[in-house]
Amino acid sequence: MARITWGMATSHVPSIGAAMDNHKTEDPYWKPLFDGYEKARTWMAEHQPDVAVIVYNDHANAIDMDLVPTFGIGTAESYDVADEGWGPRPVPSVVGAPDLSEHMVRELIDDSFDIATFHQLDVDHGLTVPLSVYCPEPGESWPCAVVPVLVNVIQYPQPTAARCYALGQAIGRAIRSFPQDLKVAVFGTGGMSHQLSGARAGLINERFDRMFLDKIEHRPEALTALTREDYIAEAGTEGIELIMWLVMRGAMSDNIARVHDTYHVPASNTAAALALFEDLDSREGVTA
Amino acid sequence: MTEARDDYVLDVKQSRRGYALNRLCGSLKDADNRRRFSEDEAAYCDAYKLSPEQKRAVLERDWTAMLDLGASIFYTFKLAMLDQKSMQYLGGVFTGMSAEEFASAMRSGGRKFG
Repeated sequence: MARITWGMATSHVPSIGAAMDNHKTEDPYWKPLFDGYEKARTWMAEHQPDVAVIVYNDHANAIDMDLVPTFGIGTAESYDVADEGWGPRPVPSVVGAPDLSEHMVRELIDDSFDIATFHQLDVDHGLTVPLSVYCPEPGESWPCAVVPVLVNVIQYPQPTAARCYALGQAIGRAIRSFPQDLKVAVFGTGGMSHQLSGARAGLINERFDRMFLDKIEHRPEALTALTREDYIAEAGTEGIELIMWLVMRGAMSDNIARVHDTYHVPASNTAAALALFEDLDSREGVTA
Repeated sequence: MTEARDDYVLDVKQSRRGYALNRLCGSLKDADNRRRFSEDEAAYCDAYKLSPEQKRAVLERDWTAMLDLGASIFYTFKLAMLDQKSMQYLGGVFTGMSAEEFASAMRSGGRKFG
């Protein structure tokens, strides 16, 4: 059976990808952020998954105003890197895991999550930046296959934090019932506090962010109790992306250990963070 | 210049009002459309059926008016990038700062509310 070996939450701001693409990670502006990634990257490189299930949102690239699915899963064999308006990122296209995708779709729908399926999907910075956070120099191809999981966080009303956590739990059950011996990592992406438009642009709420970073490990129910209005008020209109971290957390067991985290302001107009957790239930010889 | 509201939450009503404007900005993800837009912005706005107010906001790059008319930042950012304007520039527009002042506020830990 497949098992979830670790979960990583990370910001997915385009400029973090651009800093890597343009070799600026040693610049004074970016160095503190990338230095903060170092320990997590070393650990992840030593614990490579076969498949990454990446929970993210599209930013007007694969999804437009015509149709806004609340939850979706990519089911393709491969995903091209999107041109978001300024040319595609110079990173490899993404190889899918269609058998796992199909299994997840069926299991989730049987579990009462009526999700959309994407047979064609160009993946934007929401997915490729987290891959680069995991693997900064992929060369010709990424080191793992990917199942994209899409969450609407742009159009209000977004799914509730509690529903995102429940989706994550269902994703965890689906992955653990997949009859192949695969190591799977789950990425929750987006956040932390940021607001891009309006008079509150530039909002950073470090107190809220650090509360979230702490409670995501052992008290996720404190975070699922927050309303979408709470997230928008506290973390900013785009800070609601944090609900996607709860999908990742829900997919993991209760038996997790924090490997590393880091928090840095600013990355573009946002607070950037990474949090990495090992799922101790997935260790060899341990059965749930 | 239009003064920005605190928040622009893209609810279904706002999506409906901004549909043509967001569709135009979203089309700029395609290189051919970027070229066609740049060749004749007004004609491109007409082809996308922008309202007169939306068309004016695009042609004058009134970023706050675009939001007031239903735009989402993830769409208008594609127009900003075509103009080689950064998110710090837009942040400055919304808050009455220069791009440099806004970037400096971010480097100082961001803007605090409440």
